[in-house]
Amino acid sequence: MNDSVATRAAQATPPGVARRVKGLSDRAIAWIFVGPTIFLLLAINIFPLIWTIRLSFTNFRANRPNREVEWVGLRNYERILGDSDIWLSMQATAHFLIWTIVLQVLIGFTLAWLINKKFRGNDLWTTIIVLPMMLSPAVVGNFWTFLYQPQIGLFNYVITWFTGADPSSFEMLGSVNLAPWSIIIVDTWMWTPFVMLICLAGLRSIPDYIYEAAEIDRASKLRQFFTITLPMVLPFLMLAVLFRGIENFKMFDLVVQLTGGGPGSITELASINLKREAFEKWRTGYSSAFAIILFVTVFGLASIYVKALNKVKER
Amino acid sequence: MCDCCHEGNILVPWGAWLGRGVARHIWWPFSDCGLKNAERGLMTRTTTVRLAGLGALGLLGSFGSAQADDLTLCWAAWDPANALVELSKEFEAESGHTMAFEFIPWPNFADRMLNELNSGGQLCDLLIGDSQWIGGGAENGHYVQLNEFFDSEGISMDDFAPATVYAYATWPKGEPNYYALPAMGDANGWFYRKDWFAREDLRAAFQEEYGRELGEPTSQKELMEIAKFFQGKEIDGNTVYGASIFTERGSEGITMGITGALYPWGFKYENEPGSYDMEGAVNSAEAVEALEFYKELYDCCTPPGYTNAYMGESLDAFKSGQVAMAMNWFAFFPGLYQDADTGGDKIDFFVNPPQNQAGSTLGGQGISVISYSENQDAALEYIKWFANPEVQAKWWELGGYSAHNAVLNDPGFVDSQPFAADFLEAMNDVQDFWQEPAYAELLLAMQKRMHDYVVAGQGTAQEALDKLIEDWTEVFEDEGKL
Amino acid sequence: MSGLSSAWSVTEPSSRQKWIAGILVIGYALITMMPLLWVFLTGFKTPPDSISYPPKVIFEPSVEGYVNLFTTRTRVTPSQLDALPPPANFAEEIVRQRDMVIAGPSKFGERFMNSVIIGFGSTFLSIVLGTMAAYAFSRFRIPFTDDLMFFILSTRMMPPIAVAIPIFLMYRQLGLSDTHLGMILLYTAVNISLAVWLLKGFIDEIPREYEEAALIDGYTRFQAFYKVVLPQAATGIASTAIFCLIFAWNEYAFAVLLTSGNAQTAPPFIPTIIGVGGLDWPAVAAGATIFLLPVMIFTILLRKHLLRGITFGAVRK
Repeated sequence: MNDSVATRAAQATPPGVARRVKGLSDRAIAWIFVGPTIFLLLAINIFPLIWTIRLSFTNFRANRPNREVEWVGLRNYERILGDSDIWLSMQATAHFLIWTIVLQVLIGFTLAWLINKKFRGNDLWTTIIVLPMMLSPAVVGNFWTFLYQPQIGLFNYVITWFTGADPSSFEMLGSVNLAPWSIIIVDTWMWTPFVMLICLAGLRSIPDYIYEAAEIDRASKLRQFFTITLPMVLPFLMLAVLFRGIENFKMFDLVVQLTGGGPGSITELASINLKREAFEKWRTGYSSAFAIILFVTVFGLASIYVKALNKVKER
Repeated sequence: MCDCCHEGNILVPWGAWLGRGVARHIWWPFSDCGLKNAERGLMTRTTTVRLAGLGALGLLGSFGSAQADDLTLCWAAWDPANALVELSKEFEAESGHTMAFEFIPWPNFADRMLNELNSGGQLCDLLIGDSQWIGGGAENGHYVQLNEFFDSEGISMDDFAPATVYAYATWPKGEPNYYALPAMGDANGWFYRKDWFAREDLRAAFQEEYGRELGEPTSQKELMEIAKFFQGKEIDGNTVYGASIFTERGSEGITMGITGALYPWGFKYENEPGSYDMEGAVNSAEAVEALEFYKELYDCCTPPGYTNAYMGESLDAFKSGQVAMAMNWFAFFPGLYQDADTGGDKIDFFVNPPQNQAGSTLGGQGISVISYSENQDAALEYIKWFANPEVQAKWWELGGYSAHNAVLNDPGFVDSQPFAADFLEAMNDVQDFWQEPAYAELLLAMQKRMHDYVVAGQGTAQEALDKLIEDWTEVFEDEGKL
Repeated sequence: MSGLSSAWSVTEPSSRQKWIAGILVIGYALITMMPLLWVFLTGFKTPPDSISYPPKVIFEPSVEGYVNLFTTRTRVTPSQLDALPPPANFAEEIVRQRDMVIAGPSKFGERFMNSVIIGFGSTFLSIVLGTMAAYAFSRFRIPFTDDLMFFILSTRMMPPIAVAIPIFLMYRQLGLSDTHLGMILLYTAVNISLAVWLLKGFIDEIPREYEEAALIDGYTRFQAFYKVVLPQAATGIASTAIFCLIFAWNEYAFAVLLTSGNAQTAPPFIPTIIGVGGLDWPAVAAGATIFLLPVMIFTILLRKHLLRGITFGAVRK
């Protein structure tokens, strides 16, 4: 009796509903599938961002839970923009950013161009070149301090070997003139492969027939390079520059291990300064404002850059 | 691609902006690399989740013996810490508790531990924290106040050297509110190559150059002369250097080194103690002279590459036979004396030389119970045990610096080690940095100004100290103390 | 392009060009490898050898660095040393030559395991959540998808230190500071946006017809997802997992700020191995070698896929 009721009920149910009974509705599935991700992102991305904005208008200090928190309006922002030490750290960041990008683009593109000559075993050597960028910047940076030791360090020894200078006569990490270059060298060593890989993808995307046509037009190799190779790789190259730019604007781990911002404050990049303010001085409100300023800066610069990149692409 | 996920994270939105073109073409390829079983083994380890609540732990506790706790003691990683491990074995045997240790290297110690305290962490039950932390530890409720405990257990602070009680245990300074038990007395001192100082040829050359005997310096300026004398000398076929001094930027190194010159010159933090009136004190003529002295010492007489040197580098320079003299904390002296290559009769020690007055930079720590700990009773038990005079005597024997009067006033103390008398002398004239709750900010400001001037060579000593006053004034204003 | 035409193709570089290019690239590769090789060699030096001048390339190998990496040691006086029983193992023997005895194991093993737990845990979670979300974004209509994702991803432009400020406060409230769970959740949040985007691309590629056929056969949506879609996306899932794993493995800034002991991973720990009473570079090098080697081996093993992938992706328009 029961059976027949069930059967009849089932038969009366339209097929679409039957599927819903067997499983969950598409809408429910969609929410179940997306829900955890959205929740996690809200909890660990969006909520903290809003909190940071809120904190940036207060004088809150995370190490002083008992102190009264006051709203200070825009005072944190005013102080940051008027602080000469912050501007020095922005200068240090800009110096680091510009030179790493210049060097990485030059070396990375050259390497990609050479690898694209498709000599035997190029894939193996490419892999070896790629290795540094797979590694932990903190661990690598820490070890580079050893290589940079005057006298006993490998780097100084190699330089001595080529130039004949006294290996204890120059201090890569300790001297005011050389320290900014010491971090540029390591970052270039580490991240040139990234630019190289993207350039390589660009070079390989150029169809052969374009060169064949140019050859028929008797364009010189040099002319081919400037009229075909470079323009076709440019969007890729610009993309690589964008990524490196954003990453190096945020640079923390590598440089903190290498110089810790020293000597003095010569290599104190924005992120290192921020870490000092936020987690050593514990000026939470102040450093939140600094964080927001950095975020807006990088977002603004990147947006302008992407506009330019789109123009290049359209051409 | 170390950061590839990071890269990709940024890449994709821009890719989206670019009509999702370029980005995909570049990153697509990587997706082709297959690794079928990447997640294999993911489930083999369960993650340990620390419960914030006490309930579950209470249940676990009742499962085993209620008395036996696992205590974790946090301290810096250095020679005395190893001695403490040895010493604590007795406590384990007596109490039935087990001890675990978390020793963090000095350059990271303050950073890590203050972070831990500020995050309300439960890593440490006991902390041997630096003397300057006491203000923050007390005011922010990180440390348990020990007065009641001391009273009930009959532990008297009068049994400990007054300088150490004042510096390591009290907050506000000098008030009878105790947040720690003096655990390790320490000051910054010097050691030198006794065997080099005894060489006839060197002694004669020094006599000729400076018109006096080569020996332990009796003033800071004599110290510089000796350092200059040794700088660049060939000894046993090696080039040696004058002195290794603290220049470290990241934590507290250069400040601890420079105050070793500032205090003997008569440097004061305030015109009137407690007034926060620093103009004319911090940048007094004596302070400027002392700072210039330290810069000159750095420029003339340190080994190459010692631009960011602290305890480890100082020891390294000395043990590898690079320097004639080195500054470091007394805590290392037992280890140095035992060293096979440069210890024994090759080494001797002296107190930080006076200039206008005697003065040494205070090191050392008190032991505190962390208020976030779930094992406070066992932790207090440890402190009670540690305060015991016999344990304190053993502590000194093993290489720790007891601050207990029973040990320090023992007639045999002065001769028990070649540096024991120096230690007592140094502790008579110690001064400490600010112990304010805002100490970290004050210290970081000083680190920056000092390193900018001494190592990076920017500006003058006067400017560095003037800027330091500005920084400190700002901190005290933020604190509402000015 | 094809083998036949290559002999006289105008785009094929001459063999002289290939030689020059090869030499230059190999030269660069060798220079780039030197620091890594030096890490490896230093790990097998004794501490005095590691700081000798000129730097030693040929030396008597020693495992002292590895012994120091895995142990803590206490200094003893020669008389105490003489009173000890003969060394029980090779490690003890090495340590005693420096007038020390082994006091116990170091924290390196624990920190390395933390790296493994947090790395694999967060990768697993990112992939599970990421695959589900990517499937939903790919197959169902979800409002404001693009805007939402773009905004979320743009928070990645914030320096990690900036993100760490509120996370630090939040974790303090929740008791997640210095826990494995806290770090796993954080790394998952960092990785998941990439995972979703990459995986959505893969799932978009799988023809809907497969699932529709399965649905008609009486599968539920969920069954269709894991019996039809998942196997098809396996390669994509695996490669996404690699990126997530490498990120979590190498991450430093969050780890140094949000962990202090229980859940500390290897990257903030390795630089602190430096030693007590003298700089112990061989131990640091040993730690770095153990930590970096898995990633290097991984990269080399996957190089065929990696490089073919690049070419493949570039050719695809």
